[in-house]
Amino acid sequence: MNFPILTTLIFLPLVSSIFIFLSKVQKNDNSAIYISLFSSLATFTLSLFVWFSLDLSSSDFQFLEEKSWINDFIKFKLGVDGISILFIVLTTFITPICIISCVNSVKTRVKEFLIAILILETFMLGVFCSLDLVVFYLFFEAGLIPMFLIIGVWGGPKRVYSAFKFFLFTLLGSVLMLAAIIFIYWLTGTTDITQIYEIKIPKEYQNILWLAFFSSFAVKMPMWPVHTWLPDAHVEAPTAGSVILAAILLKMAGYGFLRFSLPMFPLASEYFTPLIFTLSIIAIIYTSLVALMQEDMKKLIAYSSVAHMGYVTLGIFTFTKQGIEGSIFQMISHGLISAALFLCVGVVYDRLHSRMISTYGGLVNYLPKYSFLFILFALAGLGLPGTSGFLGEFLVLTGAFQKNYLIAMVATFGVVLGAAYMLWLSKRVIFGNTNNSEIKTLKDVNKLETLMLVSLGLLVIYFGFYPVPLIDTVNFSVDNLINNYELAIKSKGLN
Amino acid sequence: MEYAIIFLPLLGSILGYLGRKLVKYFAEITTSLFVSLSAIFSIILFWKGLQTEEYGNYKIFEWISSGNFVANWSINIDPLSSVMLLVVTFVSALVHIYSIGYMSHDPHKPRFMSYLSLFTFSMLVLVVSDNFLQLFFGWEGVGLCSYLLIGFWYKKESANNAAIKAFIVNRVGDFGLAIGIFLIFFYFGTINFQEVFDAAPKFIENKLLFFGFESSLITLICIFLFIGAMGKSAQFLLHTWLPDAMEGPTPVSALIHAATMVTAGVFLVVRCSPLFEYSVTALNLVTVVGMITAIFAASVALVQNDIKKIVAYSTCSQLGYMFFATGVGAYHVAMFHLFTHAFFKALLFLGSGSVIHAFKDEQDIRNMGGIRKKLPYTYALMLIGTLALTGFPFLSGFYSKDAIIEFAYLRGSSLGNYAASIGIFTAFLTSIYSWRLFFKTFHGSYNNKNIPINETHESPFVMLAPLLLLAIGAIFSGYLFKETFIGHHSNDFWQASIFFLSEIKHDPIPIWFLFLTPTLVVISIPISYYYFIYNTKILDDFKKTNHPLYYFLLNKWYIDELYEKLFVFPLKKIGSFFWKQGDLGFIDRFGPDGISKLIKKLSNKAGLFQTGFIYDYAFAMLIGLSVLLTYLILN
Repeated sequence: MNFPILTTLIFLPLVSSIFIFLSKVQKNDNSAIYISLFSSLATFTLSLFVWFSLDLSSSDFQFLEEKSWINDFIKFKLGVDGISILFIVLTTFITPICIISCVNSVKTRVKEFLIAILILETFMLGVFCSLDLVVFYLFFEAGLIPMFLIIGVWGGPKRVYSAFKFFLFTLLGSVLMLAAIIFIYWLTGTTDITQIYEIKIPKEYQNILWLAFFSSFAVKMPMWPVHTWLPDAHVEAPTAGSVILAAILLKMAGYGFLRFSLPMFPLASEYFTPLIFTLSIIAIIYTSLVALMQEDMKKLIAYSSVAHMGYVTLGIFTFTKQGIEGSIFQMISHGLISAALFLCVGVVYDRLHSRMISTYGGLVNYLPKYSFLFILFALAGLGLPGTSGFLGEFLVLTGAFQKNYLIAMVATFGVVLGAAYMLWLSKRVIFGNTNNSEIKTLKDVNKLETLMLVSLGLLVIYFGFYPVPLIDTVNFSVDNLINNYELAIKSKGLN
Repeated sequence: MEYAIIFLPLLGSILGYLGRKLVKYFAEITTSLFVSLSAIFSIILFWKGLQTEEYGNYKIFEWISSGNFVANWSINIDPLSSVMLLVVTFVSALVHIYSIGYMSHDPHKPRFMSYLSLFTFSMLVLVVSDNFLQLFFGWEGVGLCSYLLIGFWYKKESANNAAIKAFIVNRVGDFGLAIGIFLIFFYFGTINFQEVFDAAPKFIENKLLFFGFESSLITLICIFLFIGAMGKSAQFLLHTWLPDAMEGPTPVSALIHAATMVTAGVFLVVRCSPLFEYSVTALNLVTVVGMITAIFAASVALVQNDIKKIVAYSTCSQLGYMFFATGVGAYHVAMFHLFTHAFFKALLFLGSGSVIHAFKDEQDIRNMGGIRKKLPYTYALMLIGTLALTGFPFLSGFYSKDAIIEFAYLRGSSLGNYAASIGIFTAFLTSIYSWRLFFKTFHGSYNNKNIPINETHESPFVMLAPLLLLAIGAIFSGYLFKETFIGHHSNDFWQASIFFLSEIKHDPIPIWFLFLTPTLVVISIPISYYYFIYNTKILDDFKKTNHPLYYFLLNKWYIDELYEKLFVFPLKKIGSFFWKQGDLGFIDRFGPDGISKLIKKLSNKAGLFQTGFIYDYAFAMLIGLSVLLTYLILN
């Protein structure tokens, strides 16, 4: 491959954001939106092209690019495999939706907002493409900055507190990860991931390194008990910010576990499995119960995200085919569903400027289309078969059952709680009588909102009935991951 | 044709709703027509199956394949599923037609019809599945439709609550079903019915440690599958949602909560007979739960006053019969009762709907009475339904219910005998509460103060016609299909779809036993008439002197209250506690907030050193210098 297609993919949003920055946009001019929409759609098309031309019968990294960046130290190395391509496509799919959502929700500094979103997209794509630890780290941490700004500048009344909390938590973990990366370089003499896979890190260092990476991923995931930044960040973030946060940023940690923790530190991964299982089921049960009691729609969905991510971590550390494929599927599916749910909240927030559940009630009488979509995504969120939400959870639990039936049973019980908070939310927001007279004046979803929600809805249903395209994409990469893991576990005594 | 049966209702559901604005009655006619077509095809399919004994399995496309976890979307037609297809589409078609009349004043008719068709589709997907995952899809799909239809009148708070309750209680059952599936996949490595059933004999000896108890694998699987069945079929402890589900429109109650969805649990147990047959423990559990449900629901039905709730508890009780039939190994009899029950219970529900319609949405039987002359057709149809339900000789319920009791008796074990006696006693109770409902509604004096008797009116033809068809089914289905379903050659019909480990006994039954139940059923009619119409004073006195017992029954054994105290309230409390004390009070207080406060405090303290006075700094330097010097000298 001569043409640097991944580099183009990553930097296309950045270049267009520079273009927007330099262009003179008038106040009531939508051209900034058009430019960014166009570029993000171009990125999306390009990512689809990469997906379709990827050789799925191989688990190797493809579209490799390698340039020396700092001589003999860091190489700017990119490549994708079956796992990362899904996250790339998810990113490029969600970004245009976020841009469209700005039309209704962002009223001030639109241009700067779009620039932030596009830069963020570049960083996120960089995370999923990079095959060098340092490059990964840079993208991973750089993503904090635009997100911090999105919350801090365009957020709600408590935005500064939330932005700092977000920053504090995530920085805490990443410092340790940086130290671990330096340590790995010192050990192996390279930061190239594929080489590190080959070299195999000695057993005695694995645990400490694993913990360092874990501390970063656990915060980003977020896992209990370092999840408390998420509800606050979501509540204060503007709609597009919440969507990106829930749909993509949360997935970087799951991806990190799959790309780094499992293959680089297999022995430590096995060693710490009980820890992950425990934290996962606490996350599932604890945050589901907390979600049940929320009075703020966004907080409720945020807590439900934590619970859903609990299934992801649970699935990854089962080291079974079903568990890992289920986790990946759950991440993609949650990306779609949570994005849609936050957009749904955004729709009514734009109209009434309240996120409180008690403000609403009986919306179905006046906003039938909106109510239909809301219920659809709520049902997907509680894992109804026929929506993508079901298969991810079911596969994860199938996988988990093979490792520890007790954990799997507790986690399965979380599904009951999931139904409880989602249906109760729907009942209080959508059904019942309308007590708030303002609701009677509300308009149903407009064309743009319908476009965003329906496209997400169709995908949620499509993957619910026919997940084969996603599962087939990751099939060989996951096989490879598991094989390498099992080899490493078997050769434990020999190292 | 198989594809048409399954997909016509779905198509009708979508088309009907989308085209609702084209012509008046578009949604009603489209959905009814499509489901009726599906019903006609099902009848043909069933008939063809009877004649040729040929069935088939059609794969639509692959649903999921992750490692060896493989499931297809498929249509599996065998005797068992063809019976279910027949029942579901037939009752559904009639309920669709009935709804055109019943819901004629409702502005949301198209949505209602669309949901009904969607339900039918989900139910069909459930019964034609050839693997556990598709079954699970249909299982939750019907749960969803039930949720949507119970909460159809979404402005009513009680309807919303009932809908959520139904979904969540069912989810508790689904939890069991899911665990059952995980267990099956873990040990069998497949979730395809045929492969699992073929492999079952190999796993009889497998034991595993479960929560410290050593248990046989098959038993464990069956128990978890049965928990799923209990949720869907409203068996004791997981039954609480069914009476509340009566908040939905009456046609829904007839279709979903009487004839079809609630029987899915029975279907599951029968479908998994190749597993259940290898586990005596699980079968005994099924028998016991079935028995308890049968008698519990019948006892509660005795004192309820809401016409629909009585019929709902009656459904619950009849489902109990079906379960203990499966428990004693008479799967085919359970299916037979499921088959006849669908007719007469749908008839009773729709008949009740007709009464409710006549009284303009009055449901309390204390406010009815004496209207048999005003509603002659409904009266006659309800009479047939009641006779069939109570098991009056030669009507459908007689053949199926008595067969259950006889098979329990033939089982020979003490549990079988016990089940048989419970069955007989419950049949008597069934008879009493059914006649109570019937007499209080149609006989005696007219008791409604809001609506003058002249304003009550018979239902339109579009509502009565389906009732008539159901009545024909309620009368003849027992007699006509007795030989096919449970006769000496029933094995020829069921083929491999029902599995019996040991040959079913067809021993002769003592004559006194044969006559016991019908006699009780017949003499209960004058008894009921006497107590409920002729001389009500005796019962009123009895109520007054036996307050605790009466309220115990009236409040359904206080199970709802118990659950509220035991689960709902504590869970909410715990949720609040985790949020306020866990997240805010602990993690945040000692985490980010704590750290930032600490740093602020420290920096404030550190700031105190910077006084800005030169002598302070000089003093500090002096001390520092002296400490350093001391250190150097001492070394």
